[in-house]
Amino acid sequence: MNARTKLPLWVDIGVIPIANVLLAFAVAGLVVLAVGASPLEAVKSLIAGSLGDSEAVGYTLYYTTNFIFTGLAVAVAFHAGLFNIGGEGQAYLGGLGAGLAALALDHAVPSYVAIPLGVAGAAAIGALWAAIPGYLQAYRGSHIVITTIMFNFIAAAIMVYLMVNVLIAPGSMSPESREFSTAALPVVSDILNGMGFAVDQSPLNLSLVLALLCCVGVWLLIWHTPFGYDVRTLGFNPNAAVYAGVDPKRLTVIVMCISGALAGLVGVNEILGVHHRLLLDFAAGYGFGGIAVALMGRNHPLGIVLASLLFGILQQGGTELSFDMPMITRDMVVAIQGLVILFSGALANLPRPWLEAPFLWLAQRRTAATEEGP
Amino acid sequence: MEPAALELRNIEKFFGPMHANRGVSLAIRKGSIAGIIGENGAGKSTVMSIVYGLYAADSGEILIDGAPVRISSPRDAIAKGVGMVHQHFMLVDTFTVLENVILGAEAGGMLRPSLAKARAELERLESEFGLKVDPDAIVADLPVGEQQRVEILKALFRGARILILDEPTAVLTPQETDQLFRILKSLKDRGTTIVLISHKLREIMAATDIVHVMRHGQVVASRETAKTDREELAELMVGRKVRLSLDKVPAKLGAPAMIAEHLTAPGLTDVSFTLRAGEVVGIAGVSGNGQTELLEVLSAIRAPSSGKLIVGERTITRERPSDPAQMRKLGVAHVPEDRHRYGMAGDFTAAETSVLGFERKAPFTRRGLLDYGAMTKHCATLMDRYDVRPRRPSQRATSFSGGNQQKLVLARETSQSPRVLLVGQPTRGVDIGAIEFIHRQLIAYRDAGCAILVVSVELDEILSLADRILVMYAGRIAGGVDAASADERTLGLMMAGVHGAAA
Repeated sequence: MNARTKLPLWVDIGVIPIANVLLAFAVAGLVVLAVGASPLEAVKSLIAGSLGDSEAVGYTLYYTTNFIFTGLAVAVAFHAGLFNIGGEGQAYLGGLGAGLAALALDHAVPSYVAIPLGVAGAAAIGALWAAIPGYLQAYRGSHIVITTIMFNFIAAAIMVYLMVNVLIAPGSMSPESREFSTAALPVVSDILNGMGFAVDQSPLNLSLVLALLCCVGVWLLIWHTPFGYDVRTLGFNPNAAVYAGVDPKRLTVIVMCISGALAGLVGVNEILGVHHRLLLDFAAGYGFGGIAVALMGRNHPLGIVLASLLFGILQQGGTELSFDMPMITRDMVVAIQGLVILFSGALANLPRPWLEAPFLWLAQRRTAATEEGP
Repeated sequence: MEPAALELRNIEKFFGPMHANRGVSLAIRKGSIAGIIGENGAGKSTVMSIVYGLYAADSGEILIDGAPVRISSPRDAIAKGVGMVHQHFMLVDTFTVLENVILGAEAGGMLRPSLAKARAELERLESEFGLKVDPDAIVADLPVGEQQRVEILKALFRGARILILDEPTAVLTPQETDQLFRILKSLKDRGTTIVLISHKLREIMAATDIVHVMRHGQVVASRETAKTDREELAELMVGRKVRLSLDKVPAKLGAPAMIAEHLTAPGLTDVSFTLRAGEVVGIAGVSGNGQTELLEVLSAIRAPSSGKLIVGERTITRERPSDPAQMRKLGVAHVPEDRHRYGMAGDFTAAETSVLGFERKAPFTRRGLLDYGAMTKHCATLMDRYDVRPRRPSQRATSFSGGNQQKLVLARETSQSPRVLLVGQPTRGVDIGAIEFIHRQLIAYRDAGCAILVVSVELDEILSLADRILVMYAGRIAGGVDAASADERTLGLMMAGVHGAAA
């Protein structure tokens, strides 16, 4: 007996997430009040800082791109019942893959060859980094939550070692590689300016297009291929997957590869798109952000795009906010982001009973009406 | 007139939009055995859970010995002299019988005096009602029938004068069932009022004085057991005429379709049999005696650790294991015992569920992409053929009733014209109307030349479906009989592991 009322889809994926975000902002507003600033001013500054002009929008979308990649990564794994919280490490090493490909090839081949190979490098190393925990989960029973989070630390250690000892540009004071001569992804502001639209410079590059293509790809893969059918079967009920003839171990490893590859593409945006060199800490926060994004986007590509946009706005607008209002420090902005994650993730079902009550009432009335009917 | 031991007046209960109890009113005479019968979802367990304080009624009154009472928790119910024995036992396996009996009813902070008192009380109950259980035995070591007796003792120890039993015979052999009924009768003779919830007509007829029939959350009829019969009760439960017996022509045996030779796996020892085209072989046995393992090995969900399984040209052994996908290609279909555990997946719609295991086959996958249109059409065809209601392929499969889910799974498994059909518990959680339908379908497949293996814990079902019966006990085939010459007593003895009973 399922006592839970089924809410209409539009309430489930529309009203509830919006209610969650509003609740988060309400509580964040109280925090802002508590430090003696005006919540209204803060919201204005946040919006203006993230959407106010073409530069702000560019930055927002650039952050959004990263969140889409990691959000998709978490979602794909989640559909198979796997909780991949190693997006952080997979994204970081994905950047290494992109960077190594670019460093190896930039003098030898033109950009249009180097870029696809850089993308492939990012995906491949990201996939590899997720495949190991996937293998350990499937064949050795090591819990994937534990292994993926540990792999984040290992990835960070590897990067520090490589940057400091191996890849550092000769004579450089900071742990950064030399700049690539080619293999830089076209920047959107350059393209638009070339087409005659005047927009300000921003780091937004063609990775956004790649991210949106990945969204379509994930949507097709999960809901429109027999592979995706098997993945969802595995996620819903591993026994049923075995019954249906799926090898759950093999599928677990494959799904983790796809998940890791998607996370690894953050490296494309960061390394090939923006920095054009290898460096440290470029992926910080996106892997974990992706968990919140996937949760909020209900593991659907469309939801993930919207949630990523929100997180992009918070990231960019938050930076501007801490410039504009000195009372609101960078840490406060992180706290506000945390509140959004808290309300749309952990407390996602908080407003549900209030929204359910009227529907329940309606449903009971309808039941009663049909009973009394002929 | 003496007031009723238990009286319900206009009990109403909603679960979300589901109206589980609609104005349930009934009175149960002191010192009688009342049966509550109805199909799954008729509301019989709900109403008794309300009496025991597990659910709160939305409205209505409960009276005990003529006085209105408020029962908002099992604690209240126990204080008012109501005890309940659940279908799934609530015992601590690693405790002794005595420890289980006093659990939650300890007198004082130290255990020893409670234990001594309980021991004396158990001895009294034993001599009075013939409820014999060794108080120092560890519960896990006891057979299921005795574990149930511990549950009854627990209730009596707490002073139960009204004892509710929810589907008490689901896990018992026929002999254990008879013993239970003898115990209930001696309880009744000493003034205890007993409420027996069941969907098994035979048992209701054998054990009760009066029967209340529930349908769609209402009490639709109350009959004195002596003045009714199974046919009438079935009709009242379902709301239309039901044929309880199954007409079938003698089996036309064909070639062997599946041969098991000394199959052994964890929980399964040295199982051999031959399953021929055109026959139904029934596997009887008390649940948990290796039937689940047998089905897993036969469907290649699990590999045998020794022995072999021959299907057509293919021989499956430990060294050359198969997998469920390959078994499907070999023409072996499997309706799993537990459809939620194996046969269906989470949020899948009926259409998606209707291709589970065949999702890569045309027309469901075309040029690498799923064709939802083809799935929906396929599902609609199956729904028509198997009368699955409602006919809504886009509805979530798990939201169908048990009978309709089972029909959907059976329809899916038979849709590819299998040569061998393995069916686990074909009618578990299925209402009577659907049972009749499913049984007729299985016989139709048999007559069409399919080899069918039916595993069921319902002896009635095995007796009416099977041409040949094998009994499993402790992971082995304890014996086999021809269905024509089978009788319940012999089978019951084999099910209980009594040696020398094999025919």
